[in-house]
Amino acid sequence: MTDDHGHHPTPLTDVERRARALEELLTEKGVVSPEFIDSVVEAYAQDIGPMNGARVIARAWNDPAYKQRLVDDGTAAIAELGFGGPEGDHIVAVENTPSVHNVVVCTLCSCYPWPVLGLPPNWYKSPPYRSRMVREPRTLLREMGCEVPDDVEIRVWDSSAEVRYLVVPERPAGTEGATEDELAAMVTRHAMIGVARP
Amino acid sequence: MAGATALPRENGELVFDAPSQGRIFGLALGVVRARGIDWEEFRQRLMAAIEADPARQYYESWIAALDALVVDLGLASAEELEARAARIDR
Repeated sequence: MTDDHGHHPTPLTDVERRARALEELLTEKGVVSPEFIDSVVEAYAQDIGPMNGARVIARAWNDPAYKQRLVDDGTAAIAELGFGGPEGDHIVAVENTPSVHNVVVCTLCSCYPWPVLGLPPNWYKSPPYRSRMVREPRTLLREMGCEVPDDVEIRVWDSSAEVRYLVVPERPAGTEGATEDELAAMVTRHAMIGVARP
Repeated sequence: MAGATALPRENGELVFDAPSQGRIFGLALGVVRARGIDWEEFRQRLMAAIEADPARQYYESWIAALDALVVDLGLASAEELEARAARIDR
């Protein structure tokens, strides 16, 4: 079998060996095909990521009726824009207001709304983020560069077995004339997790 | 194959820190799909793996969880996995 993975001048780590062993055995046993794995990697590298969520948010900013549908049933609303798939069956959109700032964490693992945000960044999966965001959100947010005024309530959403949360940031002031594409360009992954305020 | 040789980037950031991470991710999705089980079956094992060793690298917990799932589903034995890992030298 050709080595598709290229030349490895340095020895494989134990972890890489175990990863390779899993793939070899499962493909030999016909459980998963290498082509399926390729397609997943490509999908999450190219097609599935926060640019999807940015379009959802931009649509919500532009269309109050859509925003209401998004808040009422996140999964159905994102499907209107063609987004869905694994980890997207129970998406709940939580809306920031002048008096409420929402932030999302998964304290036990790394639950995350893949169809609209792609795969989570390393810091989201780290023990400090997972434990501190529920304990001291305002302090941690400040450390991450997100200053939330004292008179704004912070709501921390801990993703559960089923629910995956998406933060709807507040629309920036002075954007009344912006197109939906321009609005989407203003929406960052950090803002949709709740660790930034645009 | 782009997925295997390139480090995927999106929005200027790496989606996977190394190609092997993407392979394992795809493998986990593939196993769940092939057996028609719920992603929750994998997620429970991931949570357990993280709890068992919170300091280890996230990706290693992912592999531990997939090992456990594969063994629990009877797709491979722990011995098979160990033996194959030992034989891999490139």
